[in-house]
Amino acid sequence: MKRKLLSATFAGAFAATLVLGAGGVSARDLTVVSWGGNYQDAQREIYFEPFSQEAGVPVLDEAWDGGYGILQAKMQAGNPNWDVVQVEAEELALGCADGLFEILDWDRIADQNDVLDSAVNECGVGAIVWSTAITYDGAVLAEGPASWADFWDTGKFPGKRSLRKGPKYTLEFALMADGVPVGEVYDVLRTPEGVDRAFAKLDELKADIIWWESGAQPLQLLASGQVVMTSAYNGRVTGINREEGRQFKVVWPGSIYAVDSWVILAGAENRDIAHDFIAFASRPENQSKLPQYVAYGLPNKEAAAMVQPEFVEELPTTPANMEEAIPLDVDFWVDNTEALTTRFNAWLAQ
Amino acid sequence: MRRHLGALVLVGPLALFVALFFLWPLATVMTQAVADSTVGQALPATSGAAPDWDRQSPPPEELKAALVEDLRNLDNRQLFGDIVRRLNSVQPGFRTLMGRTMTAISRADGPVDLSSVDRRWDDPVYWRAIVGVLAPYTDRHLLAALDLERDGAGAIVPIPAGESANRTILLRTFWVAAVVTVACAVIGLPYAMLVASVGGWLRQILLAAILLPLWTSLLVRTAAWYILLQDRGLINDALRSVGLIDAPLPLLFNRAGVVIAMTHVLLPLMVLPIYSVLVAIPKNLMPAAASLGAPPLRAFLRILLPLSFRGLLSGSLLVFMTAIGYYITPALIGGPQDQMISSIIAFYATGSANWGMAAALGVLLLAATMVLYIVYGWLSTDRTARA
Repeated sequence: MKRKLLSATFAGAFAATLVLGAGGVSARDLTVVSWGGNYQDAQREIYFEPFSQEAGVPVLDEAWDGGYGILQAKMQAGNPNWDVVQVEAEELALGCADGLFEILDWDRIADQNDVLDSAVNECGVGAIVWSTAITYDGAVLAEGPASWADFWDTGKFPGKRSLRKGPKYTLEFALMADGVPVGEVYDVLRTPEGVDRAFAKLDELKADIIWWESGAQPLQLLASGQVVMTSAYNGRVTGINREEGRQFKVVWPGSIYAVDSWVILAGAENRDIAHDFIAFASRPENQSKLPQYVAYGLPNKEAAAMVQPEFVEELPTTPANMEEAIPLDVDFWVDNTEALTTRFNAWLAQ
Repeated sequence: MRRHLGALVLVGPLALFVALFFLWPLATVMTQAVADSTVGQALPATSGAAPDWDRQSPPPEELKAALVEDLRNLDNRQLFGDIVRRLNSVQPGFRTLMGRTMTAISRADGPVDLSSVDRRWDDPVYWRAIVGVLAPYTDRHLLAALDLERDGAGAIVPIPAGESANRTILLRTFWVAAVVTVACAVIGLPYAMLVASVGGWLRQILLAAILLPLWTSLLVRTAAWYILLQDRGLINDALRSVGLIDAPLPLLFNRAGVVIAMTHVLLPLMVLPIYSVLVAIPKNLMPAAASLGAPPLRAFLRILLPLSFRGLLSGSLLVFMTAIGYYITPALIGGPQDQMISSIIAFYATGSANWGMAAALGVLLLAATMVLYIVYGWLSTDRTARA
């Protein structure tokens, strides 16, 4: 009797769980996930809402902070609640290889010839080109740094600096500061001696670096005078200049640019309409509206040509800005992120 | 009998809840730290061929053929991803290597010459990595969490200096937590005594001063400290305006800032247990001691302090256990020398989906907590027996 009652209790509880769970399942709205902040506000205005009206379907947008583990865990748990996600180049490469993303039907989205080569992937469609570069306050430094060597020069520019915490970008910048030509940075970094050289160069500046982790931090540090220069995402720099009337300057030589892409999670419930959404966000007339909100480069060549002249100068894709910039080497980082992050953390802890 | 059953029915949901949301996840995490069955199960032919290889000489053709066969039979892309991620974590380079190899295999029908696909396949290092992850269980993560690894012969050796610093970071985590616990005790004990000794609206205000921060988001409290502590923040500006200092005190991005912020955030966890013990102490004990001739300090040391010891102990335990898991405060307020182990766990979990390493580090923290809990149990019963 006792056992029967007990099992009845358990069965009842399970049944309750099932019923409650089942009640929550219904057709989900198209869910688009991007990077939040003023960037997502702009996307809502030029992509999400117009698409919702045109296609006659509700669009739900959510924000995330990146992290491959987040996507992997979501897929492993099954039945992911996101459809379209904007991911960084590294997550695109990892997720595509690991089967987390749908193989896209490009015929439904865009002509691959209309898009920059680096924005074409079997699992992803380029959304923006963005850049990480030296930034300083033009109101504080009349003559600012012009290169990573200047960034390391604490004699010429006294004060703290700030860099993104982690080996990605940091090691590249250290090598450039050590005199490696921009075109050879990844060749050097692919050798064990190159990695040692980068860490040795970082040793020189270690005491003067404040490490940032989220994109808003470096500009806050710069604005409060805590640091004299920093690495930062170019879109955020122009954003703060426009909104708060700052005179933050972006140093394009030695900057590293990368492409963020739209992907569809494997087995997504709204796979079809997700394709339509990405196609909508890739149309030149829609994409060309982005730079007036945020200064990110556009993967669609026609859209890039349509940008109003006053915004062109601030984009990473403008030829003058690209001259001494390099693309992020995604292959290098998908292989080495984990090993180099462990080493980087060990170096930090010393 | 009937009452017994009734009690069981009432406890049932709770037991189920504990099992589902506490025991089961805990067991999963602990298994994750040692389980390693993905690759072995997905590559059966390779597992069969592996024992014939001595791990030093160039890999034999049978082994290569077995791997090609296994990869060809693999039809689940996510499983393939799990294998690659596992291998790349042991030996960087597998990401691009496996991607290239899989493309070559899917294009060819017959046998594939791996060496011509990528020269790295001639290097025994990559094969040792594969053979090393075929067993269903591994101690690799637990060892790596303590900066140890197995060399080619299987002996446990330290990971070369400069490549991993988990031990340093773990010790630092415990040290910071200990300093914060002491700081909380030094501030919390007198405060709790003050709260317990006053009455009426004054007590309400003092309690509210402790409880209000507790109900505020951790992130908000940390951000507030960030604003207060910075070079042109309230504290430095105030000190400068009264002329106490010329240059701003470095309060942000160092240990001092972390300890200040964490102490403030965790103080309620110290004050409340002490307070709850203190209010239960009969009010007439101190006057009684005085009437027997004990001066105030002596009465405090002999009566009040021992009686409040249990509250102090459980408060310390609460503060310490919470502090070792701290992530946001050290990340925002601290410098590179102040990062605690949870930031490393977060990297493995969300950054690289290496659940094994994340779980192993978590298990270490859990073990430390268990040890402390046992010590606490022993200390508190001992005291009660004597008291």
